[in-house]
Amino acid sequence: MDALILTVILTSIPLILAATGELIAERSGVLNLGVEGMMLMGAVAAFAITSLSGNPYLGVMAAAAAGAMTAAIFAVFTLGLATNQVATGLALTIFGTGLSGLVGAPFVGGTVDGLQAVSIPVLSDLPVLGRLLFQLDLLAYGAFVMLALVAWFLNKSRAGLILRAVGNNHDSAHALGYSVLRVRCAAVIFGGLMAGLAGAYLPLVLTPHWSEGMTAGRGWIALALVVFASWMPSRILIGALLFGGITIIQLVGQARGWEMPSQFLSMLPYLATIAVLVLISRDRNFALMRAPAHLGRIFIGTR
Amino acid sequence: MKLNKFVVILGVVVVAGLAFIMTSQKPTEKEADVSADKQVKVGFVYLTTPGDHGWTYAHEVGRQNVIKHFGDKVVTSYVENVPEGPDAARVIRDMAKQGNDIIFTTSFGYMDPTLKVAQEFPDIKFEHITGYKRAPNMATGNIRFYEGRYVQGVVAGMMTKSNKIGYIASFPIPEVIQGINAFGLGLRSVNKDAEVSVIWVNSWYDPVKEADAAKVHIAEGADILAQHTDSPAMLQTAEKAGVYGFGQSSDMKAFAPKAQLFSSVNNWGIYYIDKIQALIDGSWTTGEGPDHWAGNRWVGMADDYLVLTPFENMPDTVAKAASKAAADIKSGANKIFTGPIRDNNGVEKVPAGKTLNDGELFTTLDYYVEGIVGKIPG
Repeated sequence: MDALILTVILTSIPLILAATGELIAERSGVLNLGVEGMMLMGAVAAFAITSLSGNPYLGVMAAAAAGAMTAAIFAVFTLGLATNQVATGLALTIFGTGLSGLVGAPFVGGTVDGLQAVSIPVLSDLPVLGRLLFQLDLLAYGAFVMLALVAWFLNKSRAGLILRAVGNNHDSAHALGYSVLRVRCAAVIFGGLMAGLAGAYLPLVLTPHWSEGMTAGRGWIALALVVFASWMPSRILIGALLFGGITIIQLVGQARGWEMPSQFLSMLPYLATIAVLVLISRDRNFALMRAPAHLGRIFIGTR
Repeated sequence: MKLNKFVVILGVVVVAGLAFIMTSQKPTEKEADVSADKQVKVGFVYLTTPGDHGWTYAHEVGRQNVIKHFGDKVVTSYVENVPEGPDAARVIRDMAKQGNDIIFTTSFGYMDPTLKVAQEFPDIKFEHITGYKRAPNMATGNIRFYEGRYVQGVVAGMMTKSNKIGYIASFPIPEVIQGINAFGLGLRSVNKDAEVSVIWVNSWYDPVKEADAAKVHIAEGADILAQHTDSPAMLQTAEKAGVYGFGQSSDMKAFAPKAQLFSSVNNWGIYYIDKIQALIDGSWTTGEGPDHWAGNRWVGMADDYLVLTPFENMPDTVAKAASKAAADIKSGANKIFTGPIRDNNGVEKVPAGKTLNDGELFTTLDYYVEGIVGKIPG
């Protein structure tokens, strides 16, 4: 049982990382549908740099940089040139999928020594919990720390207040003298950086391989998670564990011989995503109240 | 402004599309010499890339053997990462148009696309690997992979302490079902208590999912893992967790030196060389079998089309039993699918003394044999 729970936790780490980044971007009012593409760029960068240098931590840094740079492309278009965010985001996913495949082609079939687990002294000796929570790798700890930091940033810091203001009403924020575009640009790039780290987790921890499109829809699940969490950091944790759990439970179901078509079981994580989105948007007022008011709106600072 | 935006979006889409196309199709060797029309041009269609270290890698080794054998009498080329589906027909047609004399399509899912293109190009020979549909210019070639899996079952049955075996499967097609059942028969020939759980990952090559499935099997208590997917991810997971497993299609020892018990290696070179030679001699046929199925070239360990790597990481007694099982299959003493065979509900499917013929192996195996948990999906 321990081992299963540990597998669930590991599966949800990339979701936590990507969703945390996207949450910040969306709270600033930018909807970036390119998470999948940014994750793939992160994954390929992590794998390539790790296999060339032999150092997975360099790989992690490369992934963060690759994710951030991919996000920067998005920022140039949607913020600088005021393009449609949905269309640009979709294009970014297709772009990231293609480019990562191209960059990664020579690395297919290779393998790397990924991130090693780092036990936290004392805490890792706790029964059960020690094994589940305190014998992970640094990137996993990083995911939890970043989530906590983001929660603090949004709710307790002045900068977080500005970010929320920009997302809720960019005209007012602009009138108050805040640079809407600069705030959004930073938020988008942070989102990309986190997506890159999420991507790095796949080849560096989950399986030491690169394969084209290896994120297999995790970026989209992370996007749905942000809505599921109704843009609140604490709920991302619950959502990520839930989605990670569903991903693993369908494999467990098969191993135990549950009589259900495996194709149906494979659909479960995606079905759950759709179901959650439908449930949440059923109450229009609830969704409107929670969503950043100017999410997805284009800002042109002329006045 | 509006127009600008449109142009920008269009630009992004075009660039992305280009990147997509560049990754999806890369023929490696262009035709070297147009004037040398004595050269036989041979095309290969690959499912993943030779870098998978599994299925496609084994085909690539076969292609290399062809080059070694024929030297400059042949020109080979391949297209990798060809999805099974409508896209495959486009790629195969493209290879036909490039003037290949014989085209090997190396995955089950290329069956219908290959047939379609074969009918469009009656002068070109097509060789579909692992399928069962044929045409006057389309032959089928296959290896009896299940023979190796029977030996895997024997080893697993003797090695397991928990009596739980984890099996990772790709798609419920005849070849995979044959493998699972042969594994079960081998397992039950030495161990009446062991059981096999099957996880279908619905992919040939998805290292993340394969690793997840392996982790789940291990968490559920399995101490021996087998796979019918193409990446070494399962063995790497086994190595890390300290359990054992079998490699697939190619020797995967490098990825799991302590965990790999042995690999069944597909030796396609013999087949390719044979069929290309037949084409050069003018004796190429699709085979003249007694029925639709047996016209296949379908050979296994006896002809070295399937080769087992050395038995390692196991006690001598187990290795000896494995060698014996392999020798019996080679000599024909053990035909594997010989009754009595019962399904996992205890219903007798093959009576004692009867052996399933090749056609029946494709058409009648719609059940799991004793020792396999669950039901075949779909």
